[in-house]
Amino acid sequence: MLDYISISGGLLYTAFVIYLISIVFFAATIRDKRKEKQFTLVNKLAIGTTILGFVAQVGYFITRWIASGHAPVSNMFEFVTFFGMMLVFAFIILYLIYRIELLGLFALPIALLIIAYASMYPTEISPLVPSLKSHWLYIHVTTVALGEAILAVSFVAGIIYLIRQIDQTKITLKTIGLEIIMYSVCATIGFVLITSTFSAMDYNASFSYSVDGNESTLNYHLPAIFGPGDGELLTENRMEAMIPTPEWMHGAEAPRKLNTLVWSLLIGLGLYLVMRLILRKRIAAAIQPILKKANPELLDEVCYRAVAIGFPVFTLGGLIFAAIWAQEAWNRYWGWDPKEVWALITFFFYAIFLHLRLSKGWHGERSAWLAVVGFTIIMFNLIVVNLVLAGLHSYA
Amino acid sequence: MNTITCNTCGHLNKEGTTICEKCGNPLDNDQKGKLLNMRYDGSSIRSKTKNRSIIDKIWNFFSSVKIGVTLIAIALVASALGTIYPQQMYIPRSVDPSVHYRDQYGITGQIYYQLGFHNLYGSWWYMILIALIGISIFIVSIDRGVPLYKALKHQAVKRHPNFLKRQKLFGEYKDYSVDEKKLLISKLKENRYKIAEKDGHILAEKGRFSRWGPYVNHLGLIIFLLGTIFRFVPFMYIDDYVWVREGETTVIPSTNQEYYIENQEFIFETYGEDEEDAVFEEALQNNSGPVPKHFETNAVIYQDVSDDIVGTEAELEEIKRGEIIVNEPLKINGLALYQDSYQLSEFESMSFKLHETTDEEEEAIVEFTVDLTDPKREYKFENGYRIELNKYYPEYELDDGQPRSISNYPRNPGFVFFVYGPDIEEQEASFLAIGQNIPSGDNQYKIGLTDFSVRDVSGLKVRKDLTLPILGLGAFIFMIGVIQGMYWQHRRIWIHQGDEKLLIACHTNKNWYGLTKEIEKVIEGTSFKMVEDQENKQKQD
Repeated sequence: MLDYISISGGLLYTAFVIYLISIVFFAATIRDKRKEKQFTLVNKLAIGTTILGFVAQVGYFITRWIASGHAPVSNMFEFVTFFGMMLVFAFIILYLIYRIELLGLFALPIALLIIAYASMYPTEISPLVPSLKSHWLYIHVTTVALGEAILAVSFVAGIIYLIRQIDQTKITLKTIGLEIIMYSVCATIGFVLITSTFSAMDYNASFSYSVDGNESTLNYHLPAIFGPGDGELLTENRMEAMIPTPEWMHGAEAPRKLNTLVWSLLIGLGLYLVMRLILRKRIAAAIQPILKKANPELLDEVCYRAVAIGFPVFTLGGLIFAAIWAQEAWNRYWGWDPKEVWALITFFFYAIFLHLRLSKGWHGERSAWLAVVGFTIIMFNLIVVNLVLAGLHSYA
Repeated sequence: MNTITCNTCGHLNKEGTTICEKCGNPLDNDQKGKLLNMRYDGSSIRSKTKNRSIIDKIWNFFSSVKIGVTLIAIALVASALGTIYPQQMYIPRSVDPSVHYRDQYGITGQIYYQLGFHNLYGSWWYMILIALIGISIFIVSIDRGVPLYKALKHQAVKRHPNFLKRQKLFGEYKDYSVDEKKLLISKLKENRYKIAEKDGHILAEKGRFSRWGPYVNHLGLIIFLLGTIFRFVPFMYIDDYVWVREGETTVIPSTNQEYYIENQEFIFETYGEDEEDAVFEEALQNNSGPVPKHFETNAVIYQDVSDDIVGTEAELEEIKRGEIIVNEPLKINGLALYQDSYQLSEFESMSFKLHETTDEEEEAIVEFTVDLTDPKREYKFENGYRIELNKYYPEYELDDGQPRSISNYPRNPGFVFFVYGPDIEEQEASFLAIGQNIPSGDNQYKIGLTDFSVRDVSGLKVRKDLTLPILGLGAFIFMIGVIQGMYWQHRRIWIHQGDEKLLIACHTNKNWYGLTKEIEKVIEGTSFKMVEDQENKQKQD
């Protein structure tokens, strides 16, 4: 049993490294200066390693399933990792149709970042509570993840389109929008960096504080910038909290979550500023030249096609399968739980996307911005709803 | 009604028609030279032509895509607002919402509550919003769908040359042989086009059904929304709850006293009991309490078969037996029983004995057992002693020094006994609860707990929802419609047999890239040149 767990962990690590290698290959295809588009050895290596990495990750998934006895999609680590895997899968499918290397150069780093983000959560195998014990667990969750991943590819195509097309000669709302996206990526990297650094150092600082009149302790794994209000440091040789968490932030773990968020934003800001200093221009402006060869109409097509495929898959998994399971487990097909509401919001949003595109002719840039907003909603549902708006679906 | 006469064939078209229904000659004289707008095949759309009466205005309002999208956007924002704080159904039932939101979330919580956002999804305005979306979907579908259906059903094979010339993909051919035209047609057939021919003119068409996709998925949504309304019809929907103790048989609520349920055994398991749970050890250690693994009720369902006269005893006949497990409800006649909750180790009975306070051996003078679900007021004994159960608190709690019961379930029973006996002047009172035995004064006799028995109680949700098939049907039709409209295209190729020239024009409702590829395949091996994309040409000019 324990063997399977270590094999599974090893396979995930392997997949991570192979994805890194395939990013290098995809970068090499872009440097190819020849005008005629050819499917050369580098292209074969790039997609070949991607598929190999995907197979390794499928291996992780299967061995973990065998070890735990249930589909490994039941907590934050498992679900987000699976989402990353589905993103790679959706990319492979769309690459085989459209043969756009740039898609890989953007989609794979995002998938890597997502998997890295996932592994910041507790990775131990956790038991299933009775309400999750159903074959609908993997039917519902896997379809949702696949649908969201395909929609994420539309975001990837959209962002490439925007970076390529938006005029970088002057500051506009659009260039600011792009930089905000770049900064969000930096902040996510910041989260991964700071969490893994302090976790490697085994940092732990306990604070005692009161929640609703009860004494309680809160363990910090990052130095406390924001400590619990009226909290008292229990661990020796640790930094005292600098600022008490504002009172309107509720929930027993709110101070720690706020602290982690602030750390991520700060490190992200540092990363962003360093990059700006090195590049001496906006990050999107620095990326723009390598996208010259990309065909914007094809990117627009991929952006739309991904929504056209992803929307029905998401609807099936996130609303219909979800409702069937909710009926079986909680005897109501719909309960206005925050996660459910945000799935409905995602549905509404992509319905708007399709209506504007098909009836109102919103193509190109407008459509690409919508794809960016759509991805933001998906990420909001995945992260903020789980961590802040706790409900039936909060795993972490 | 106003009509437009076609100046080539003389056909009378409805007002608002942009392409003659009969010969296909464009009627939009002011747009000459530009590509034809092929949306709805140039047929007359009610909302685009009539705007006089109030009905027209309402019709036009709802049939606008812009309005529809705006309504969805408002619903999106409203739905998001409702997730800022928990909805009323997710806050504890015992608290007063007006206090709870203010206490928990401060001033913003209070505003949230006062705006009624704590019950947003059940509010009249949210329901109206969803209803407006439903009306919009319905009207837009009729407004666009019906004319489109008619136009495509009655479309002519022969189209006016002007119609072809103003298509996006168009080609003119002078030198061609009859055989080559035949080859072209047979190749279109190979590509699964349906061919219609009239006087040498050809219409090749495929995938027309994909044009109905949007209307089919809208129909599905309308059925779904209607289904949700049916929930408010009383017999369609039952939502009730029943607690059944182990060994007990009780009537199932909302069934007109017709069905009864017996709880034979309630089984409860937590993680960590079996060896196979070893894999979860780390996670279990990080968890503060035990994690439930499995719980189920072994139930027997009975039907009351006695004559339906008030006052007759129930005659129970077993109709079903089985386990009720989370995710596996037990179903009888459309009624489903869901394992929802449980109360472990509720007290069933308690046994006591009476002895002299000074007796160290605590030899029993009398012994008695109190049935906690149906306690007797008095226990009489042959040796002259009598014990009165003066007060009984099933779930006892001290409230400002005063005992009271917080529920009717014997979870933490408390008793006040009065003891009468031949050698007791009036009576002696004692208070007993778990871990407590308080005499009223200098009592001569003492009551002691000797034994107790416990049992589990199973909480079952009683649900009947006849709207489910309607909702399922609606969702199914919606998915069919989305797939039908999204993954197929309606492609048409017109071949006009002119006196000297052959005109070819192609149209698709979407995915022009795919159509171009297909045409390239079709003309391969013939001398026909590829049709030209006139839109690109116009751009370049």
